[in-house]
Amino acid sequence: MLDSQRTWEMFRYFVRRVLQGVLTFFGATFIVYALMFANQTDPLQTLAGERPLPENVRQALTERYHLDDPFIVQYGHYMRGLLTGDFGISLTNRSIKEMMEQAWPVTVRLALLAIVIAVLISVTSGIISGIRRGGPFDTVTLIITLILLALPIVVLAPLAQLFFGVQLKWFPATAGADPGVYQLLLPAAVLATLVMATEIRVTRASVAENLRSDYVRTARAKGLSKRRVIGVHVLRNSLIPVITLIGLDLGNLMAGAIVTEGVFNIPGVGFNLFRGIRTEDGPLVVGFVSILVIVFIVVNLVVDLLYAVLDPRIRYE
Amino acid sequence: MTDIKAEIDVLPGLDSSARLLEVEDLRVEFRTQVGVAKAINGVNLHLDPGETLAILGESGCGKSVTAQAIMGILDSPPGFITGGSIRYRGVDLLTLPEEQRRRVRANHIAMIFQDALSALNPVFSVGFQLGELFRVHRGMSRQDAKRRAIELLDMVKIPAARQRVNDYPHQFSGGMRQRVMIAMALALDPKVLIADEPTTALDVTVQAQIMSLLAELQRERNMGLILITHDMGVVADVADRISVMYAGRVVEEAPVLDIYARPAHPYTKALLESIPRLDLKGQQLNVIKGLPPNLTRIPAGCAFHPRCGYAQSVCRADPPPQLFDVAAGRTARCHFWTEVAGDEPAVK
Ligand SMILES: Nc1ncnc2c1ncn2[C@@H]1O[C@H](COP(=O)(O)OP(=O)(O)O)[C@@H](O)[C@H]1O
Ligand code: SF4
Ligand SMILES: [Mg+2]
Repeated sequence: MLDSQRTWEMFRYFVRRVLQGVLTFFGATFIVYALMFANQTDPLQTLAGERPLPENVRQALTERYHLDDPFIVQYGHYMRGLLTGDFGISLTNRSIKEMMEQAWPVTVRLALLAIVIAVLISVTSGIISGIRRGGPFDTVTLIITLILLALPIVVLAPLAQLFFGVQLKWFPATAGADPGVYQLLLPAAVLATLVMATEIRVTRASVAENLRSDYVRTARAKGLSKRRVIGVHVLRNSLIPVITLIGLDLGNLMAGAIVTEGVFNIPGVGFNLFRGIRTEDGPLVVGFVSILVIVFIVVNLVVDLLYAVLDPRIRYE
Repeated sequence: MTDIKAEIDVLPGLDSSARLLEVEDLRVEFRTQVGVAKAINGVNLHLDPGETLAILGESGCGKSVTAQAIMGILDSPPGFITGGSIRYRGVDLLTLPEEQRRRVRANHIAMIFQDALSALNPVFSVGFQLGELFRVHRGMSRQDAKRRAIELLDMVKIPAARQRVNDYPHQFSGGMRQRVMIAMALALDPKVLIADEPTTALDVTVQAQIMSLLAELQRERNMGLILITHDMGVVADVADRISVMYAGRVVEEAPVLDIYARPAHPYTKALLESIPRLDLKGQQLNVIKGLPPNLTRIPAGCAFHPRCGYAQSVCRADPPPQLFDVAAGRTARCHFWTEVAGDEPAVK
């Protein structure tokens, strides 16, 4: 009944989720670590490529990467480094920590920008479509979202680059090192289309449903303006499913970021991961993925808590 | 209270000597895919300060639609008012510009809904939803509005109002929630209150508490109350007059005692016979045979004839031409009202 009780419930829920997150973190990193390292017959030779590897260098490297230890011990060593901020050195002999410090801010900027674009566009047009279902705006939006759904991002990204970047020259065609908001606008818009179609449909359905509900009739009976009925009463209720979607969409966004960062030459996480996977650069991939897992866990937790703030009926037991 | 009233923009044309509420020949239809449903087909009502008018009738006969038309909150489309007038103190609400019409709601005419759980917004605290009225209509600060919200919860006798003002609708019991609805409707001191089945969703003991709270608040404020119900048992104690509706028409209107003693319309009579009575406990109730008509295909003649025990061939051909005057202040819409009223009283 009381607010303090709910706060306590939410706190316990939060602690439980954090503990779950820790387990998820170790589980996920272990799997990635295993995939990247366990299968390699000779990681050092992969590193060296075609060149012959002198025995003394081989020994030094084996020691540095604990390659003689059992697999689980290697993982332990690695995690200890990771948790103390030591991500090690990539097979190309660069500090992974430095690479991350360059890549993460770029990708976070890109992802946030994409989310902001997606939410702004989909909530606005979802509301208009929801209010005037079957109207011209709704129909046009439906057609556009169908096209967006049909176009995979590997097609859409180069198309957008060609059209808006190369031909119209509205935006830079490639982002370059340390790109700002303007350079990221076009790639972020491309990335946003990945989740926008669903978000528009969900907002539209949820607005339409809420408009029919009894509390809207009450709000009108209270002599509130139409603007307030929709902008306050309907909006707050309609945002609940949209917020959940954003959490779920993060995975899509990250997958899309790999392609988008590749096409627009953005030196972000996706770009590095893509290269790391291609060159079988174990330390690089595991390092980036570990942080990625943490980001996922934290964002989903934040979304859950936000959800609870928006919907007081949610109980955490 | 007077200083607050002074802040309200006076409605142009408001005439304090004119009748509090007067509905004349109201017509509403719903234009849907399956056809045009003629939900209200010429309803007349009137209401004075301090008076309680009960609107009675089976589910689907147009009670809620009448209320929504008076409030101006009809779902439109599909609902359209196709005729008639609704006058509040001489002001025709149907011709009022929307901005002024909006201010009539809550300030002059307010409404309580049947299911308070769905009628309250689930994601805002009751304090927010009550205070909103003072912020929007009176320009009060959040803090002042909250103080007023607490006063209102006190007024409807919700214990520990100061704490409960921060609670959400789902945290209240059904009865308490309906009290919140009442508080919300009375916040701006309206002159007319429409209560649409305010106790139908509640259990019997709580029903009685809510009804007596409503009656008490009405008396204190000398409000006109329109009480909509399909339960004839509820109205006997509280109503002054009763309007019985069938298929979007008022078929009988009378002071409450007269109607119980001597109904003049077969439908009213059938409704009375269907009330559960303590002295006849265990006996089967006389439920009315058949169903109210489909409003897209209302029968020709008298709409009630397929279910009426008094029906003659004239009923199938011609609708009763008018409301017949049964007595002073009493009307009935039946060809054979004299026979019906002359029968044995339904309730001794
Ligand atoms: N939103 C709506 N859309 C279509 N038809 C409606 C709507 N609301 C009411 N109606 C029609 O009006 C009739 C009367 O409804 P209502 O006034 O709610 O009955 P009640 O007397 O039970 O309150 C219904 O039977 C239905 O045919
Ligand atoms: S007019 Fe005829 S059918 Fe209608 S109520 Fe009277 S007797 Fe019955
Ligand atoms: Mg109803």
